Amino acid sequence: MAEGLTRSYGAKTAVDHLDLEVRKGEVYGFLGPNGAGKSTLVRMLCTLLAPSAGRAVVAGFDVAQAPMEVRTRIGAALQEAALDGKQTGRELLVLQGRLFGMRSAQVRKRLEQVLDLVDIGSAIDRRIATYSGGMKRRLDLAAALVHEPEVLFLDEPTTGLDPWSRTKVWEEVRRLNAEMSMTIFLTTQYLEEADALAGRIGIISGGRLVAQGPPEVLKREVGLELISLEVDGEASQALAALGQVRGCTSVAQSGSTFTVGTPDASGILSELVLGLTSAGLRVKSLEVRTPSLDDVFFATTGSAIDAGALR
Amino acid sequence: MNARTLGVRADDLRSTAGGARHPEPHPERHPERHLERRAAGSTFLADLRVVAGRALRQVPREPSSVLPAVFVPAFFYAVNLGALEKLASGAAGFDYKAFLLPMAVAFAVTGMSRAPTLVTDIQDGYFDRLLMTPVRRVALLLGLMAADVVVVIALCVPVLVVGFAVGVHFRTGIPGIAAFVGISALWGLAFTGFPYAVALKTGSPAAVNAVFVTFFPLFFLTDAVVPKAALTGWFSVIATYNPVTYLLGALRSLETAGWRPASLLEGLGALGGIGIVGMTLALGALRGRLRAGA
Repeated sequence: MAEGLTRSYGAKTAVDHLDLEVRKGEVYGFLGPNGAGKSTLVRMLCTLLAPSAGRAVVAGFDVAQAPMEVRTRIGAALQEAALDGKQTGRELLVLQGRLFGMRSAQVRKRLEQVLDLVDIGSAIDRRIATYSGGMKRRLDLAAALVHEPEVLFLDEPTTGLDPWSRTKVWEEVRRLNAEMSMTIFLTTQYLEEADALAGRIGIISGGRLVAQGPPEVLKREVGLELISLEVDGEASQALAALGQVRGCTSVAQSGSTFTVGTPDASGILSELVLGLTSAGLRVKSLEVRTPSLDDVFFATTGSAIDAGALR
Repeated sequence: MNARTLGVRADDLRSTAGGARHPEPHPERHPERHLERRAAGSTFLADLRVVAGRALRQVPREPSSVLPAVFVPAFFYAVNLGALEKLASGAAGFDYKAFLLPMAVAFAVTGMSRAPTLVTDIQDGYFDRLLMTPVRRVALLLGLMAADVVVVIALCVPVLVVGFAVGVHFRTGIPGIAAFVGISALWGLAFTGFPYAVALKTGSPAAVNAVFVTFFPLFFLTDAVVPKAALTGWFSVIATYNPVTYLLGALRSLETAGWRPASLLEGLGALGGIGIVGMTLALGALRGRLRAGA
């Protein structure tokens, strides 16, 4: 839970009076483009960064007032795999358990379970420096899980992973949530990932939470159906023409493409095209579809998510 | 809530949040066990041991970080002995081999720290992972320093063996040798505060390496290779106020003069002063890094 959480770096405000509530046992997806404030928020919730203002409570404890209590209960895999290349995978996991005060026997037992998860095989006894990017990510996730945290923070856990490794991480997130009721706070640039994993989604833009809710509900709010039109002509004329069509609930523009939200696409289609043609504009292409999270993102932030992140 | 929820209804949230994706907490799950585990298994010393253990495991994996600290002092010792022994041993009863040995040992142990490893941890993000554990923050620093003490003691041994090989004797016997090693280790520890302060402040390997450069004037503007009585002018004045002079004096007293409390106290006072300054800077840098958010 965060209330008015703010973090500034000099004059720049990375996270701006953010209010947030994540329920126990849910997977919460936090979406935003690069620089939106996702990682800063995670670092505050993980006690790595002190808030400039506001407060945050994680696993029942205030991150500023009782950081040790919070640390005992959280696990985190941050954006870059935070590993020590000179240790072997096993050494790193054992050390992680010991730092959480686990006894040797506890660590050994837990390692058997965690090693099943990371699927690194005999490489677990090799130095981490020799691991591939995917193996490092999986080991990083395992390190976050050694002590069985109540809350797991995953900061863009699949960025840079191949599709196979990404699928493995997704499976594991689902399993952890389903079998252990682990609360998972997942930041991602991948809309598809948030859609697949999260029960609720928050969208951050410019350090502010601009939308929040279950993916299905957020999509529904954009419009039951969407009509994308690529128009040749003056944008202002197109906007004016589209705005006059009855049954058109929203219009969003990105360059020469206009996205119209409507409860009845087939009913207004001919009127849309007619309206644009009458205004002297030419419709170059047209598509009817159901809303995606990309549309939600566009509607709430006014921009498409980083194209490089869309896979 | 300042979120614009796109008109999401409260019952929508409730129905979805409690759905298949969010099962009720597992009945066998006991969140409080983390606290019990932490309370039972961890003390400051346990934290220290874990951090130091990891640092020590890395030493044989990075032989380049310690081998020069053996060879370079042994080389300086041999060269200085070869070049200056006849000249310096003019006075009756003056043992230049013994006189020079503290220089070699101090040279071996000064600046020997795991600060470069700390910099790598900071750059790789591993320091963040450590900070997200409930390990006590000071243990992250003191654990590395404890490892340094072990390394420093190990480094004293080969240099002392070289000394014994060329005929150095301790008037204080085996207890004196132990005290010699102990004081050398404390000196090594006292000096490590500086590279750790720089590592934590800058996170830069180049800056950490530069700390060793500051050691040169501190080390050579002393009676390291020539007896203080032979020093003149400004050099003599600087050597008089240089704490390393007193450290070397304390070590030499154990070799050639026997148990002399005054020399030992002067040496311990000097390294205590350096240690307080270095440790204050290191702890301040740690505090600053934690405050800034690693």
